Amino acid sequence: MSLIEIKDLKVHYPIRTGFWNRITDSVRAVDGITFNIEAGETYGLVGESGSGKSTTGKSVVGLEKVTSGSIMYKGVDITKKANRTKLDYNQDVQMIFQDSLSSLNPRKRIEDIIAEPLRNFEHLSKDDEKLRVLQLLDIVGLDADALYKYPHQFSGGQRQRIGVARAVATNPKLIIADEPVSALDLSVQAQVLNFMKKIQREFGISYLFISHDLGVVRHMCNNIAIMNRGRLVEIGTREDIYNHPLHIYTKRLLAAIPETNVNQRAAHRASRLAVEKIYQEQQSKYYDENGEAFPLIQVSPTHAVALPENIAKQLASQEGEVQA
Amino acid sequence: MWKTILRRFLIMIPEVIILSILVFLLAKAMPGDPFTGSINPKADPQQIHHLMKINGLYDPWYQQYWQWVVHLFHGNLGNSYQYQEPVTRLIAGRAGNTLWLALFTMILTYAFALPMGVFAGRHEGKLPDTIIRVYTYVTYCIPFFVILVIGIWIFGYVFGWFPTTGSISAEASGSGWLQTIGSRFYHILLPGILGALFGTVNIVQYLRSEVIDAKGSDYVRTARSKGVPSKDIYRHHIFRNSLLPIAAFAGYSITGLLNGSIFTETVFSYPGMGLLFVNSISYRDYTVITALVLIYGILNLIGTLLSDIILSIVDPRIRIE
Amino acid sequence: METASNFLNIKDVSTAFKINGQFYDAISHINLQVHHDEILAIVGESGCGKSTLATTIMGLHDPAETKISGEIDFEGTNLLNLDDDGYNDFRGAKIGMIFQDPLSALNPLKRIEDQISEVMDYHTSLSKEEKHERVLQLLDEVGIVNPKRTAHQFPHELSGGMRQRVIIAIAIACKPDLIIADEPTTALDVTIQAQILDVLRDIQKENHAGIILITHDLGVVAETADRVAVMYAGQIVEEGTAEQVFNTPEHPYTRSLLRSMPQRDNENDDLYVIKGNVPSLQKMPSTGDRFAPRIPWVPASAHEENPSMHEVAPGHEVRCTCYKEFSFPDEKGSVTV
Repeated sequence: MSLIEIKDLKVHYPIRTGFWNRITDSVRAVDGITFNIEAGETYGLVGESGSGKSTTGKSVVGLEKVTSGSIMYKGVDITKKANRTKLDYNQDVQMIFQDSLSSLNPRKRIEDIIAEPLRNFEHLSKDDEKLRVLQLLDIVGLDADALYKYPHQFSGGQRQRIGVARAVATNPKLIIADEPVSALDLSVQAQVLNFMKKIQREFGISYLFISHDLGVVRHMCNNIAIMNRGRLVEIGTREDIYNHPLHIYTKRLLAAIPETNVNQRAAHRASRLAVEKIYQEQQSKYYDENGEAFPLIQVSPTHAVALPENIAKQLASQEGEVQA
Repeated sequence: MWKTILRRFLIMIPEVIILSILVFLLAKAMPGDPFTGSINPKADPQQIHHLMKINGLYDPWYQQYWQWVVHLFHGNLGNSYQYQEPVTRLIAGRAGNTLWLALFTMILTYAFALPMGVFAGRHEGKLPDTIIRVYTYVTYCIPFFVILVIGIWIFGYVFGWFPTTGSISAEASGSGWLQTIGSRFYHILLPGILGALFGTVNIVQYLRSEVIDAKGSDYVRTARSKGVPSKDIYRHHIFRNSLLPIAAFAGYSITGLLNGSIFTETVFSYPGMGLLFVNSISYRDYTVITALVLIYGILNLIGTLLSDIILSIVDPRIRIE
Repeated sequence: METASNFLNIKDVSTAFKINGQFYDAISHINLQVHHDEILAIVGESGCGKSTLATTIMGLHDPAETKISGEIDFEGTNLLNLDDDGYNDFRGAKIGMIFQDPLSALNPLKRIEDQISEVMDYHTSLSKEEKHERVLQLLDEVGIVNPKRTAHQFPHELSGGMRQRVIIAIAIACKPDLIIADEPTTALDVTIQAQILDVLRDIQKENHAGIILITHDLGVVAETADRVAVMYAGQIVEEGTAEQVFNTPEHPYTRSLLRSMPQRDNENDDLYVIKGNVPSLQKMPSTGDRFAPRIPWVPASAHEENPSMHEVAPGHEVRCTCYKEFSFPDEKGSVTV
């Protein structure tokens, strides 16, 4: 059984118009997505801004009111608040945010920031609590004198590690990481990514890694879902997505990643423009008449793509994939 | 656009109803009755009892309320117990005075506050800014009525420049219209200026920080990188953008003026609605109190309505097509 | 590198900011040339001074809070001698600037058309109708599908990519010789980023402009730049053509940065982490190699006392002699947080 099973999740926001402010339509931020996160793995959720990836993340932590669908954890649907309370779900699932400065209370000391989830869930004695906070600081590689400092006294990378320390304080099973490194410099990004991998090895934590950066996702994630306008257009292993992308949207994202290989610059640009051209011209092949993604079709045990069955099979065989 | 304003207007109706009920109940909850103390203290309690009865003061509250509302729609707010004349006429006689004073104060407030706020923001940290800031802090710390009393003492008594009571002098009230207007204006000059001095504080501080924010904003940097000279940047980008929240605030400032009028009119014995209100409270003149609180409440609601409308007109980000 | 096409010559420029009453160098002794028809990328991490260099060229610093020395020779004029009015003849006209955050860089209360034509109000004598035509033409040039409609809109009605196109339209409205683009794609999605970079390249070709592209993204540099200057702690540490810098990086910092990027083949390894932190402005050492504390295994003797630029190939320069002896410590996975 998977750690988390997300089934046909929908999050719609009503649009109110007219004189009486009646609900006339809705923004379908998340529109029926299904995927599972296994224990101990890093699951990548990739998409552009407005694709609904952050809304999905928030739904999994329980910060978003779900319109329909289920999120099963230990056989219980945690989209209902009562179930989350019963399971101590919020102890098991934590979140790391993109902006480490605004997500840490500026008026609280690091000790109190990290201890907060402990106080909510574990009710330790004062000494035990301090010991645990010191342990956590040690895990994220910060000195004990950090205890009495405030968030603004740290660099971006250090703050992000404090955010991680807070998230791992309750020994969670799953951490939702929403763009955890996109505000960081390259060298600091490396630090935080290494560190996330390290605590995963040590504590068996799973991540839902939400990002727009396909380079970072390739480095971090075993399984990846590509999200586009509230729906999943492709799911697969790292190998499936990066080496045998089937959906044009995936191809387009991959083609847009800047390459550090200067010698291939012209070729890379040409292939990007070629993909872009197909994307612009063949919308009707890859999207239904409403411009929405098709339901996912399994093309191999690990790989699924949102295309009509015949096209999916045809593309998959071109890529030389084994049929499911 | 019109739809939005109409809808916003309709929302006001339940607000007014709730307001009127609250006002009515509060007035009822006040201790004492309108007759004790205002008529001969040796009067027979039986007689007071009788007066209360014929005035319907023993009926259940909702009956009294309903009665009041029905009369309200006939323009009849009852008779003042104190003055023995219709409340409508009583208030109508005062409303003009309050309106002129409020309008004058408002014009003066903005006339002082806008240049001061912009100037302080533009020259942040320099001497003029420091002076303006000290002025705003000091004024902010002193209670309004203390400002009024000090003002009256210095300019009214010590220098004798301004009249200290009333809305018109005795000589002027019988003579030609020019003297009448002159005297009326003379009488609102000092309360108006003092009210404006107090009223500027919030606007100056707000505007100052808006200007400072705008100065450091990215769009001003863009304008500078277009080669727009500094004075044009202030004129086309900074002023307009900083004044926007102030303009929207104008509706709310009606509220402040009305609250202020209660102090000003009392200290200056200026015969407006504020003074009437204070007097009515001390005489437990229920009919007048309820009428005035209702009027003040409705004016406040209109103030917020105005603010919403102004904001939706001047700010394209919340403009509703 | 003195050639006829040098139209911007930055000579020994330092910019110091006032912090608690004292001045500290944010960039020190910068030497750079920009040519027509080229994109020069300035790359570095936050705090390295790359944006300060841009705002110094644009003259956007408050003179009371900054001290600038050196010379910025722009087509024969030393910009640093100009007063604010004199600078305004260059800003917008001969030098255009593109900013990072396209939402906040546009005035929220003005229509797009007014914001674009404003730059022409000051630098051209076009009539109202001509300016209107030019606005539509510019919007078309930067790839906006419906220029008429967009011209009439307000910034909040546009998407991030469209706003950035508008910013570019403003920057190129008067056909400047120099365009400074400060992190022009950082706030955008990758697919939009690629399109914006295409637009930048196209307008550079069309106008024969020189572009200074400031970014922290090595991928963007490798895809776009003709020449690259790598900055660390307020100094240029490596300069060369894109091929030189990416194919044969020499400075330890450049090599470290490239190595800390997630790559295709290192998925299961830890990423390389540069030890330590960038020193703050107040703690910047006045002598010695500023990068030395972050490669502690390199012996002190390998560094210069006052590191200068050394030419390793024609047009390829590296600061400090330590590059000759530099190599990464073998135990690569063990360098962790």
